[in-house]
Amino acid sequence: MPTQTQGEILDVRPAGSKFVILSLSAPDVADTARPGQFVTLALGGDESPMLARRAFVIHQVQQQGVYGGSLDLAVMIRGNGSRWLSDRRRGDKLDVVGPLGKGFAIPRSGVSCVLVGSSYGGAPLHFLAQNLRERGCRVDMLIGAIGEQDLFGLLELKRLASILTVLTEDGSVGQQGHVPSYLEEVFDRAKPDVVYACGSMPLLAGVSKMASERRVFCQCFVETAMPCGFGVCQACVLPVTGDDGRPHIVRSCVDGPVFRGDRVRWSEIGTAPEKVLGEFDSVTTR
Amino acid sequence: MRRHTSYGGRARELGSADFRFDMRAELGSLRLGNPIFTASGCAGMGRELSAFVKLSSLGGFVTPSLTLKPRPGLAAPRSHYAPSGILHANGLPGLGVEQFIDQELPWLVQRGVRVIASIAGQTPEECMRVASKLRSAGGFEALEVNASGQGLGDAGSSESNVADWSAQAVSAVRRASDPRMPIFAKLSADFTDVVEVASAVINSGVAGLTLVNSVQGMAVDLNTMRPALAGSVGGLSGPAIRPIAVASVWRVRSAFPEIPIIGSGGIRSGRDALEFVLAGAQAVSIGSAIFADPSAPTRISSELATQLHERGFQRFADAVGYAHRDPDVPIPEPVSPSDVPPSVSKEPEVSEARISGVKGEPAGFPDDAGGLADWDFITENPR
Repeated sequence: MPTQTQGEILDVRPAGSKFVILSLSAPDVADTARPGQFVTLALGGDESPMLARRAFVIHQVQQQGVYGGSLDLAVMIRGNGSRWLSDRRRGDKLDVVGPLGKGFAIPRSGVSCVLVGSSYGGAPLHFLAQNLRERGCRVDMLIGAIGEQDLFGLLELKRLASILTVLTEDGSVGQQGHVPSYLEEVFDRAKPDVVYACGSMPLLAGVSKMASERRVFCQCFVETAMPCGFGVCQACVLPVTGDDGRPHIVRSCVDGPVFRGDRVRWSEIGTAPEKVLGEFDSVTTR
Repeated sequence: MRRHTSYGGRARELGSADFRFDMRAELGSLRLGNPIFTASGCAGMGRELSAFVKLSSLGGFVTPSLTLKPRPGLAAPRSHYAPSGILHANGLPGLGVEQFIDQELPWLVQRGVRVIASIAGQTPEECMRVASKLRSAGGFEALEVNASGQGLGDAGSSESNVADWSAQAVSAVRRASDPRMPIFAKLSADFTDVVEVASAVINSGVAGLTLVNSVQGMAVDLNTMRPALAGSVGGLSGPAIRPIAVASVWRVRSAFPEIPIIGSGGIRSGRDALEFVLAGAQAVSIGSAIFADPSAPTRISSELATQLHERGFQRFADAVGYAHRDPDVPIPEPVSPSDVPPSVSKEPEVSEARISGVKGEPAGFPDDAGGLADWDFITENPR
């Protein structure tokens, strides 16, 4: 059950040149949050021209910190809203709703996991990797980006991962290269039971294709614009295949944002649904 | 000691928050405890919102527009941020009226929610068929005909076309419905003369009007240099359209002082709601503000009560249309905000509804994934 609360900012710290990490004291949200879930924030105050909320994936939680449970959110500075957020200071209050959405499914036992992320798509992987390690999973990570400025939190990832491979297009950090061309190598090495991915749609489609071919369970975090985040505005729709094997249109915010890779109809994203069933159908998609 | 105020998870009741104020509203034959409605299509099926608002304390819950057949809606992107608003082109996605009656209506009725069914159709005939299915089902307080020519497209592009279409749709719904069932028509402000359209639907037997639907709008994506919405032209909602909506309420109230009006369009706070009420609305509906603040209906109700009290009104009903009074009628004696009556302490009830969106329990995992994985997953939080 999500909660709406006034969270207090504990810290705003830069992470690389494009990101800030916002720490927010919000015990009601933090105590029930799972990896892959998100929160929405109201931006700009009561008279803000930014009407719709913005969704932020939960980067980390401290469930029993000094201030009660708190959340870390990774914010990429790219527009007025994120700039406003990055200007907040310790002690400021933010209207938070969360935890929202369905998070990653976590194996009960220690199995081999591959985590793939690109740039900002790495944000939910910290929390996930932590959970997987606590369950004794092997965690191989593959993180790609254009260059150093698109990455953050690598030190932590290095601590959490069994093997961390960083790829940049310009070679400024890690090895020079692209994620798709390394996937095969990572799959061969880790022989994963499950692969988790977050990043661009083409990346997710590629990872889920390879996972299907190798009969590996695949969990994709699909990032879409979510103006409300709790299922009422119907903007974040995604074409998926349901349990019945038929196409459905579902809302990413309540039925996702984590979906089984083999259930997302990647090639149909952004196309007009024709003969699909209505929304609000009960379907298993992760 | 840090204090954390939380109100989600425990859905709040309208009117329980601050102090007792007489918020009773009369909308034609409808007697309501509270003048706050949700706007069609902005509050989901109710389940989603019930984590934040006690739905039975609303003046009314307006359903998404119900159509004869299920509709998948338009492709994404369906929404785009606009200054002080949001652009959207969803294409009226939904279950269709039959599935709504089977799957969603009982949930609302069991919780004592006053349901207003919104009806949309390509033709007046289709609206009538939806209405007759609703009549057999029962469980509604009122009907609202989506007579804005949006969503289903091609209702016409001039006032007289829209007026004719709307009047025919309303008459068709009227014929198919119980004669006592109040019918509201939701009109668009996209045309220069909302009064002409209002006049046509009033003559065809509406109990009242909802003013207004979203206003036509569009944005161009500067990266793709194509329309930002998959549906190209969509509807603009939010505070950006509030003055347009207030003008429609004002003009219709001036022309037809007796017709009940539900004011709608960019209401984000109690002061916004008060503008509509003073301009002539007997009730208001909250739309895209819910996207921004799931608790908006509760918050706006209590803000409106405070605004009315501070201006010296004894009850909500006294403020309706007050901006139309004779110029020599003085305003009531203002009350200082500190004179607020003592608060009524009333524990908000715990809502049992889940937010998970789809019906019933969250989908099981994993299922027969072709032997892909055979170990257990933890998919839910330990609570």
